[in-house]
Amino acid sequence: MSLNVSNLTVHHGAICAVSQVSIAVPTGKLAAIIGANGAGKTTLLRTLSGLKTPTNGSIMWKGEKIAGIKPEALVRRGISHVSEGKSVIPELTVRENLELGAIWRRNPKESKESIDQVVSIFPRLGERLQQRADTLSGGERQMLAIGRAIMSKPQLLLLDEPSLGLAPLVIEQIFQTIRDLTTSMNLTVLLVEQNAMGALKIADLGIVLNLGKVVAMNHAQVLIDDPAVRAAYLGY
Amino acid sequence: MQKLLETFLIGLSTGSIYALMSIALVLVWRSTRVVNFAQAGQAMLSTYIGFEIATRTEIFWLGLLFAIAAGALLGAGVDYFFMRVLFKHAVSGPAAVVAPVIATLGLLGLVRSIVGLVWGGEFKSIKAPASTDGFTIGETTIPFSPLNLLIIVTVFVILIALAIIFQRTNLGLSLRASAYAPEIAQLAGIRTARTRTIGWAIAGGVGGVAGMLNTASNFLSPYSLDLLLVFGFIAAVIGGLESMVGSVVGALILGIALTFILNYVGTSLVFIGGFVVLIVVLLVKPDGIMARGRARRA
Repeated sequence: MSLNVSNLTVHHGAICAVSQVSIAVPTGKLAAIIGANGAGKTTLLRTLSGLKTPTNGSIMWKGEKIAGIKPEALVRRGISHVSEGKSVIPELTVRENLELGAIWRRNPKESKESIDQVVSIFPRLGERLQQRADTLSGGERQMLAIGRAIMSKPQLLLLDEPSLGLAPLVIEQIFQTIRDLTTSMNLTVLLVEQNAMGALKIADLGIVLNLGKVVAMNHAQVLIDDPAVRAAYLGY
Repeated sequence: MQKLLETFLIGLSTGSIYALMSIALVLVWRSTRVVNFAQAGQAMLSTYIGFEIATRTEIFWLGLLFAIAAGALLGAGVDYFFMRVLFKHAVSGPAAVVAPVIATLGLLGLVRSIVGLVWGGEFKSIKAPASTDGFTIGETTIPFSPLNLLIIVTVFVILIALAIIFQRTNLGLSLRASAYAPEIAQLAGIRTARTRTIGWAIAGGVGGVAGMLNTASNFLSPYSLDLLLVFGFIAAVIGGLESMVGSVVGALILGIALTFILNYVGTSLVFIGGFVVLIVVLLVKPDGIMARGRARRA
C-alpha cells in the first residue's frame, strides 16, 4: 500500500469534519471518493496534502509518516494537490502557472521537458502558453491545474472536484485524461467527486464518505452495482 | 515653455523617489496585507547607516550599497521576528488585521527613538554624488541639476532590475505567485513563508535607496522621510495598491503634479495638493488607475 490512512480525525474548530477514517490505496490505483456535500471529502484531501493538520490518526506515504508536514515539503515527496475550483493563478500566464509547479526542482531543463509533456497531454494549453490564465475557459483552467500538478512530477495526485462547473463533454475528456495519466505515469490518484457515477466509472476503488466517516469502500464496479450506493449517490 | 519643461523634469526626479517608497509599500502590502508604516523607519535607519559610510569614505555609492544591505536586513528582520510571530498568534478576526499594522507603527516609533539616541535630532546632509547646481542652457541656468538627472537614472536602473527579477526569474515568479494565491503557490511547492521574507527584504532595500536619494537632494533627520512615506503611500493608492507598475506611474504623476503646484501655485499648498490628488483618484477610480474593468478577487 503506498498510501495508508488510519483512524484519521480532523476538526474545523469544534466541528469534526473527518472522523476515524481509514483508507488504503495501492500504487498505480485510482480511488474515487464520493459523498454528499459536507461529507468531509475536501477536508480529507486537504489533510493529505498538508494544508490541514489532523487532530488524530496517522497518514503513511511510502512507509513514512507525513501527517503535519507542510504542503511545500510534501510536494518534494511526490504529493501534488489540485484544490477545489480550478487551482490556477489568473494573473499569471499559462506558462508561468506551469513553471510554478517545477520551481522547487531547480532544473530549468527538466522544467522545459515537463512543459512539453503537459502540452502533449493537453495540446490546447500549448496554443495558449503566453496568455493569462484568466482568459482560459473552465475546462482549459482545469487542464492547466492538472498540468501544474504534473510539473511537480507527482507520484500521488490529489484531485478535488475536477468536474466542477464544466460541460458534460469536457467532464468526459477530463475524466478520460485522469484515467490515462494514472496508467501511463503509474500514479496513485485520489479523486474527490460530486459526479459520483463519472468518477466511479474510471476508478479502480470507490470510497463513500458520509458525515466524515467511511460508509463503504470497495472495487469501483462493486459500488456501481450496489443498490444502496446507487440509490443514495448515483441517483437511480 | 521653459518653466513648463523644467517643472516637469524636477517633478520626474521627485516622483521617481516617491516611486521607490511606493514600490516598497506595495511589495509588502501584496504579500502580507499590511500597510507597513515602519517602512519610513526602516528606510531612515538604513539611510543613517548609508550616511555614516558615505561620510567616512566620501563615496556616496558605497553608502548607497550599505543602505540597500541594511534596508534588506531590516525588512527581512521585521517580517521574520514580528510579522511571523504576530500572524502565528492572531490567526483570524480583527486582531489579525489590526495588530500587524499597529505593530509597524510601534516599530516606526521605536526606530525613530533609537536613531535619535544614536545620531541626535539635528539635520545632517550628505555630499551629493553629482552637482546640485542647475544645468546651464545657453545663457540661462535651470533648476534641474545633474543630481536630479542622476536620481532619475538611478531609479530607472533599479526599476529595470526589479522588472527583470519579477518577470524573468524563478524568484520573481515565486514572489508573484505567493502574493496572488499563497495556497496554490504552497501546493506548487513554493516555500511561501521564506518567499515573503525575501519580498520584505527587497522592499527594505528599495526603501534604503529612496532614503539615500532623498537625503542627497535634501537633508537627513529622524523625521525627514515621513513625507516620503505619506507621498509613497498616496502614490501606491493611486496605482491601486496591488500593482508595482501602477505605483510607479502613480508616483510619477504625483511628483509632477506636486512640483507644478510648487512652481505655479505656492509652497504652502503642496502637502494639501497630495491629498487632493488622492481624494480625486479615490472618488473617480477607487481601484487605482491601473484597475481593469472587473474588481480583483479577494
